Amino acid sequence: MNSHRIRVELPQHLRTLAGVRGEVSLEVAAPITLRSVLDALEARYPTLRGTIRDHDTLKRRDFLRFFACEEDISHKSPDEPLPEEVTSAKEPLLIIGAIAGG
Amino acid sequence: MSKVRVLVGTRKGAFILTSDGKREKWDISGPHFAGWEIYHMKGSPADTNRIYASQTSGWFGQVVQRSNDGGQTWEPVDNKFAYAHNPGTHQWYDGTPHPWEFKRVWHLEPSLNDPDHVYAGIEDAAIFETKDGGKSWSELPGLREHGTGPKWQPGAGGMCLHTIIVDPRDPNRIYIAISAAGAFRTDDGGNTWKPINQGLYSKYIPDPTAEVGHCVHHIAMHPSRPNTLFMQKHWDVMRTDNAGDQWTKVSGNLPTDFGFVIDVHAHEPETIYVVPIKSDSEHFPLDGKLQVFRSRTGGNEWEPLTKGLPQSDCYVNVLRDAMAVDKLDSCGVYFGTTGGQVYASANAGDTWAPIVRDLPAVLSVEVQTLA
Repeated sequence: MNSHRIRVELPQHLRTLAGVRGEVSLEVAAPITLRSVLDALEARYPTLRGTIRDHDTLKRRDFLRFFACEEDISHKSPDEPLPEEVTSAKEPLLIIGAIAGG
Repeated sequence: MSKVRVLVGTRKGAFILTSDGKREKWDISGPHFAGWEIYHMKGSPADTNRIYASQTSGWFGQVVQRSNDGGQTWEPVDNKFAYAHNPGTHQWYDGTPHPWEFKRVWHLEPSLNDPDHVYAGIEDAAIFETKDGGKSWSELPGLREHGTGPKWQPGAGGMCLHTIIVDPRDPNRIYIAISAAGAFRTDDGGNTWKPINQGLYSKYIPDPTAEVGHCVHHIAMHPSRPNTLFMQKHWDVMRTDNAGDQWTKVSGNLPTDFGFVIDVHAHEPETIYVVPIKSDSEHFPLDGKLQVFRSRTGGNEWEPLTKGLPQSDCYVNVLRDAMAVDKLDSCGVYFGTTGGQVYASANAGDTWAPIVRDLPAVLSVEVQTLA
């Protein structure tokens, strides 16, 4: 099966929880979608299960957003293909915690 | 020589405070899980090196951590709390039906004799357990499904199951408390439950003596008298001597009987402690004076304990799980405040001193007495 190396940038608290520094690099089998990348991320780092999306519904947690190539893709279908820049590892998929507070 | 380890959960991480039996000099470790809310940490009575912690965040949800070395290192365990069956609805603040939704773990209660067996009290109120050290959690659905669940409503802090007490003489008997549903008891290890709220009077609900709907803030028990429980309700300090079948008000001469914490002296089962708070609309001590009140008569007759505590301009709160006692010969009493202080008394409350003054707001305090 065709697989791609995908770069993922996590918020600080999730990097700590997963025990990683900097970006995460994942091998993800095609098709490369938000869903397949998150599946691969959670398979590699099981402690992240439930912290980005709900265990059962897989719904995104309210205060997290997904960005690809400076575009907010949080409300797009998780089964849409990710941009070529992400699938070719030129750009990371960004998982960002909302900035909230005063 | 004996040691004590104080487990402090705060709004921005966990702290572990250790001292020898004198309890004068303290080592402070932390923050662990910096930036996360630590609702509760508790050690196993069967293995003091085993500690569980509830780590939560509005952004990232729930994580449960486990330590096998007294809190030096931690590993995340399972964080999936799935209600059994179709959870149905409880009441929302306005009385309309609202679906049960998991939000966080408020309280972790390790069983008395198995470090891998732990109960978890969650919001929206339910009780879960793990028997494999946290690798998986399963609900004891008999609590939510015994019949009154659809009538439960959240308190101001959410609909949380915040107190779990296992009877040391009969581990099949467990008491729990929910804001704002009340107290409940099982006598068969969690399969079936019943409300135990007779004698409670809550004038702020439509039927002040209703079977459920009471805003119980905390319950405490002395292990030598498992049929006697002490309760800090929203307003009112209560006691029962028949395992919750009937409660009696013991507020007595307290200057205000609103509050959150209540605890029992380790060696004197009729000596109890509360921290009176001015009111439910002003969550701070009366007149800006932080006072612990002690009763040596199981309630009704109370004395203020003020030595070493601020007696002017103090406007902190002491939350429901933020008081604990140690088991040393001279019983130590500990509590944490929303101002980030953790106060300790090594002489059963006669005098107090802060262990730390400037932590994030304290959510919970537990104590381990180590050989």
